[in-house]
Amino acid sequence: MAHARDESSPLFAGNAAGTLRLIFYLALATVLMVLDQRNGWMWHVRNAAAAVVEPIYRLAGLPVAGMHAISVAFGDRQRLTEQNQRLREDLLLANAKLNRMAAVAQQNQHLKELLDTRRSLELNVQLARVIGVDLGTYSHRLMLNVGARDGVKPGQPVIDAHGVMGQVIESLPTTSLVMLVTDPAHAIPVVVERTGLRTVAYGSRGGDQLVLPTIPLAADVRSGDQLLTSGLGGRFPPGFPVGRVVEVAPAATGMFLVAQVRPAADIGRSEDVLLLHDQAEPDGPPAPARPMGPPSELAPASAIDGSSNSPGTAGAAR
Amino acid sequence: MNRQSLMRWWFTATLVAALLLMLVPLPGPLAPFKPYWPALVLLYWSLESEDRVTLGLAFAVGLAADVVNGVVLGEQALRLCALVFIALRFRSRLRFFPMWQQALAVLALLVNDRILLLLVRLLGGASLPPASWWIAPFVGAALWPFLFLLLDDLRARWRIQ
Repeated sequence: MAHARDESSPLFAGNAAGTLRLIFYLALATVLMVLDQRNGWMWHVRNAAAAVVEPIYRLAGLPVAGMHAISVAFGDRQRLTEQNQRLREDLLLANAKLNRMAAVAQQNQHLKELLDTRRSLELNVQLARVIGVDLGTYSHRLMLNVGARDGVKPGQPVIDAHGVMGQVIESLPTTSLVMLVTDPAHAIPVVVERTGLRTVAYGSRGGDQLVLPTIPLAADVRSGDQLLTSGLGGRFPPGFPVGRVVEVAPAATGMFLVAQVRPAADIGRSEDVLLLHDQAEPDGPPAPARPMGPPSELAPASAIDGSSNSPGTAGAAR
Repeated sequence: MNRQSLMRWWFTATLVAALLLMLVPLPGPLAPFKPYWPALVLLYWSLESEDRVTLGLAFAVGLAADVVNGVVLGEQALRLCALVFIALRFRSRLRFFPMWQQALAVLALLVNDRILLLLVRLLGGASLPPASWWIAPFVGAALWPFLFLLLDDLRARWRIQ
């Protein structure tokens, strides 16, 4: 093709045509990026191309899985024995704690029945394995080996043994994409365990931490404070560890305190994670009371729909 | 005819392998050292067989890369288009550079690619990446002679054009 062009127009026409073509493609790419930023086409394209994309992920995940298998197969006996011993001790400890907790949980259940709240302590979870795929450096995402076919839906919280890891943002038929709590675009409503202060933890820009950017100056937050999910917003169930405050300093504007938080979950190293199935009941402010007045049948049609606001699901993914 | 179809297969295989290599993660501390494989392979082919690599192909490869691991659809398509355009424009000069000079040129191209990526990311509202983010182009340029010789040697051995 290039030769034909060269013969017809010796020197400059080809270059001009090439530049024009470059401009065309650059413009096309820009338009695509803008549209994708607006509408999130990526998901639709990935969903449409799932049959091709998923095997690629599996294939690319093979080396990591292979390394893992090799390390197990050739791992020396002593290390495995030690690990086994440690796991046994952990299990024993956890069981002992559980036994003690059982009584407390029962008591709690009883008290809750008395108080007429419905929140339960039971967990409905699904085990998932992380596929070792690089989704771009500093992208704070994970790929799991379960997908829509296993009942995974966008919005499900993902936890590991130590705390909250993130939430599912996209589910293909047999894989799903998780946004980690350290992603700068992620926000999670938390409560400081010691004082009960409620705030929102964002992923920090750069680095594998979370940040609490808007703590009132008068609030009592110290390094070492444990953060739990507050359950506000209805995306994450309450009471799961999110992280531990490592540093508190005044913000540059001087109007808030800013706390750096180390996530509780083992974000870089978890291989198996748990997907929570029942999402928290929306635990936000109570639904607005129905306005007192004459029966609604008597009201004009436009005045009725004020009281049926659904409870907010804000504060999950900005 | 057979040689030509073999060549076409080999060409496609290298591009697919580049996409896969892009997806395979390196262990934690090595992660920033991962070169941008699709760019390197596309560069090789644009220097060695000009009529196969066009801007349209670069765009298509970029789109495929975006679908498998991109943040925004069209980002890598834009970067690869710019890269291939420059490489094709200076192709005849780059081909006759000695290897170290060629590696330097590749370094310049890859750094340019990173700058483009940075611009796109910043416009998209992302934050500035850490300094280790700039290591990858240097690793790519250091790998370039080996990749070039390997691919050239394979091509000569199979006598495909």
